[in-house]
Amino acid sequence: MSYIANTANEQKEMLKACGLSSIDALFEDIPERLKPKSFNIPHGKSELEVSATIEKMASRNYSHLTSFLGGGFYDHFIPAAIDALASRGEFYTAYTPYQPELSQGTLQSIYEYQTDICRLTGMEVSNASVYDGGTALYEACQMAINATGRNRIIIDGGVNPIYRKMIHTHTLNLSIELCEVAVTHGQGDREKIFEALNKDTAAMIVQNPNFFGVIDDHSDIVNKCHSMGILVIQSTYPVALALIKTPGEIGADIATGDGQSLGIPLSFGGPYLGFMATRKKLARKMPGRISGLTMDTQGREGFVLTLQAREQHIRREKATSNICTNQALCALRANIYLSLLGKEGLKETARLCLNKALYMKERLKAIPNIKVYEDLPVFNEFVIRLPMDAGELAGMMIDRGFAAGFPLGRYYPGMENYLLVAVTEKRTKHDIDLFAETLEDALCQ
Amino acid sequence: MSIIFKKSVPGRRGVRLPKCDVPASTEIPEKYRRLSDAPLVELSEIDVVRHFTELSLKNYGVDTNFYPLGSCTMKYNPKVTEKLAGMEGFASLHPLLPQLRHGDLLTQGALAALYDLEHLLREICGMDAFTLQPMAGAHGELTAMMIFAAYHNKKGNKKSEVLIPDESHGTNPSSAAIAGYEVKPVPTNRETGALDLEALRQKIGEQTAALMLTNPNTLGIFNSDVDKITEIAHKYDAQVYYDGANLNAVLGKFRPGDADFDAVHVNLHKTFGTPHGGGGPGSGPVGVKKHLVDFLPISRIVKRDDATYALDYNYPDSIGYIAPFYGNFSVCLKAYIYILLLGAEGLIEVSENAVLNANYILHSLKKEYDVPYLRTCMHECVLSAKKQVENGVHALDIAKALIDRGFHPPTTYFPLIVKEALMIEPTETESKETLDAFISAMKDIAEKAASNPDELHKAPVTTPVSRLDETLAVKSMNLVFPLDVNE
Repeated sequence: MSYIANTANEQKEMLKACGLSSIDALFEDIPERLKPKSFNIPHGKSELEVSATIEKMASRNYSHLTSFLGGGFYDHFIPAAIDALASRGEFYTAYTPYQPELSQGTLQSIYEYQTDICRLTGMEVSNASVYDGGTALYEACQMAINATGRNRIIIDGGVNPIYRKMIHTHTLNLSIELCEVAVTHGQGDREKIFEALNKDTAAMIVQNPNFFGVIDDHSDIVNKCHSMGILVIQSTYPVALALIKTPGEIGADIATGDGQSLGIPLSFGGPYLGFMATRKKLARKMPGRISGLTMDTQGREGFVLTLQAREQHIRREKATSNICTNQALCALRANIYLSLLGKEGLKETARLCLNKALYMKERLKAIPNIKVYEDLPVFNEFVIRLPMDAGELAGMMIDRGFAAGFPLGRYYPGMENYLLVAVTEKRTKHDIDLFAETLEDALCQ
Repeated sequence: MSIIFKKSVPGRRGVRLPKCDVPASTEIPEKYRRLSDAPLVELSEIDVVRHFTELSLKNYGVDTNFYPLGSCTMKYNPKVTEKLAGMEGFASLHPLLPQLRHGDLLTQGALAALYDLEHLLREICGMDAFTLQPMAGAHGELTAMMIFAAYHNKKGNKKSEVLIPDESHGTNPSSAAIAGYEVKPVPTNRETGALDLEALRQKIGEQTAALMLTNPNTLGIFNSDVDKITEIAHKYDAQVYYDGANLNAVLGKFRPGDADFDAVHVNLHKTFGTPHGGGGPGSGPVGVKKHLVDFLPISRIVKRDDATYALDYNYPDSIGYIAPFYGNFSVCLKAYIYILLLGAEGLIEVSENAVLNANYILHSLKKEYDVPYLRTCMHECVLSAKKQVENGVHALDIAKALIDRGFHPPTTYFPLIVKEALMIEPTETESKETLDAFISAMKDIAEKAASNPDELHKAPVTTPVSRLDETLAVKSMNLVFPLDVNE
């Protein structure tokens, strides 16, 4: 299958117009010695044949399990209107809105997305997205280092361990000192955190809810940090923000997170949506595209990409970040999601998650030999301690049709018997009851 | 302008959720509770659908018409790739599933697609291994710079500089700087449009960690001496990077691996037909030669003896995690489907037609527009508005006048080394009549530049807004719709 429109005759006519005798003449700049040593690619196939191949591949994935797997990435409901709107060719076959007169749709949706993110997080400005929540955290570190002129970053152990690993990789060759503070009783250990802060510290990173699902009020950490000129970066979960204290309310300087939960499918890890929001005074340190309102030559309102003097295509090696292509279509999906769910819908979704999680927590607590880890306030995710290896148990539950959760031992040595369990509005009471019964049954074996 | 926040009506709902089927008495404890509701909109589903449909009508994509944005490869995106990548078996697959014990067996279809794509990209680029994790071209550049740093560190090389041609994309110097390197520009030979070899010899040395090249470069010119360049660099153990932004020109015609490039990134959203999404998501897989394989990010996909696929994290020299999981998976999947559809001969036809289309435009416009490098170009051609500037008409005016004639403008004012540049990349999927229509629009604009330049200064007049005041946008910093307006 090829998507080329021109026929052989048309190609000949065009070659003639160029004064060339053959297609080969177009490639004369490539000397013989640089021709490919091999190009062993299979023959092309029809749409019908390829579809059959790919459908077969899809069927080999266990996407039918009743899932309680979370860990920062959640199986939320996605209204059909999102796919219908985001798959309009005018949106998804466009590129970065360099020509604002032809791109008011994209630019306005970015502006609305920026507004949504600020209203959710309680912050003042947002960019148009970065790759994912982990990249957003790393970029926030760079912002803090630039803004403070300091080079030490403190990370709470409750921050998603995958994000911590990403920050580690990205800062490997830079003179940045990373210091992780282990979580002791389910929440950020204030004593150890305060001990770690010093005059070289640029930023403190916390996450709410943290990786164990526990919610916290980080106001005290913010106050302490600000008294020492340290910025606070809070990574957060946008659906939870309908109910829990926002980064804005606690006084955080930068809010980040992954917007996957806002109408973006799990899709085996991406594309997702890194969001970043901050205070006005830090806007010029922010990476990525930003849409702003302005006027046209006739006094009509319209949108443009703005504050571009921060960016790589203008500043080259002096840019705040190297990001160019971002996750625009995912940001559009989030914008549509938040518009559809709206003020009440998002709150209701969050309440469903919260209530089902608490119901499930009580249900599992009642099973002999299962304990809830540090019984603290949670949103939609919590940790249970099992009388056996959590990885082994998760394996047994797969055979029974459940993705039981995420065994913590992989990232938290010593916690091999602990399982992180997440619930969304998509799970029913029946799912939860059946899960609890099956789990109890599995433990008896 | 009809901002969505102005349309909100208290009490309207766009989604109906199931009734809570568990006891619903719980509240977040007060200490942790949000003080006031997030002031999101309140709209019905049809309100939302009409709003975003209206926005889409103020947009322009490849599906609308010709989009010759240079360096961006705005080719047609086959619809079937969208459909297949959206299938439940892929779309609802949780990325942590394979991290469960024996969990890779639960995601064999997804892992097989990634494994196969890696191997196809190896063969297309002549490299020894690939990672699909980088989530955009610039992310691929950064990943490769980190791999180079790990390589030099392991060998105990003390290297501090990265050499980059002055015609390069802005992401190149920016990525090198963010990886911790000092950037040194290398000039382009103004006669040939290729990298100045003499200047390279002067700048390169033991301090050089890497050299980043784009071939064909941003002038659309293929550098025939590219193997000599890699040879010079390797004398100093400098690693040579191939920016694959322009790979659409050379599929089946040239492989960076054969010219001894050490690392390469490809843009799946350019060369391999995945949509640009209004600015993303993209995908920028990185390929490397044998000596760099150990430094690739984890996880890596391996095939076991029993023909099943697994994720392997056991690479002690790896730079670590550059993405949370396996990259922009569904973008990778679409590119995989695209390659299966086209096959070897289809990919070769892509480059042949992309190059033919670019040359056809170049030759059709060489009388009307200044051509800084008049020779056979590759997949894109660079014109200059120099002649039109004599009448006060700039590249920007030409771009805006094209909009009124129904076309997306080319990239303007880039590459930086060409004054008043118009960088035109037609891609292979455009038909002769589309190109002819574009060519006559360009000729018409050239004629108007002489006869009625004022008309061009006013363009565009057919769009929902005319030219916008960028200075005002920076000054007023209105980046968020304020609260308490009609709410």
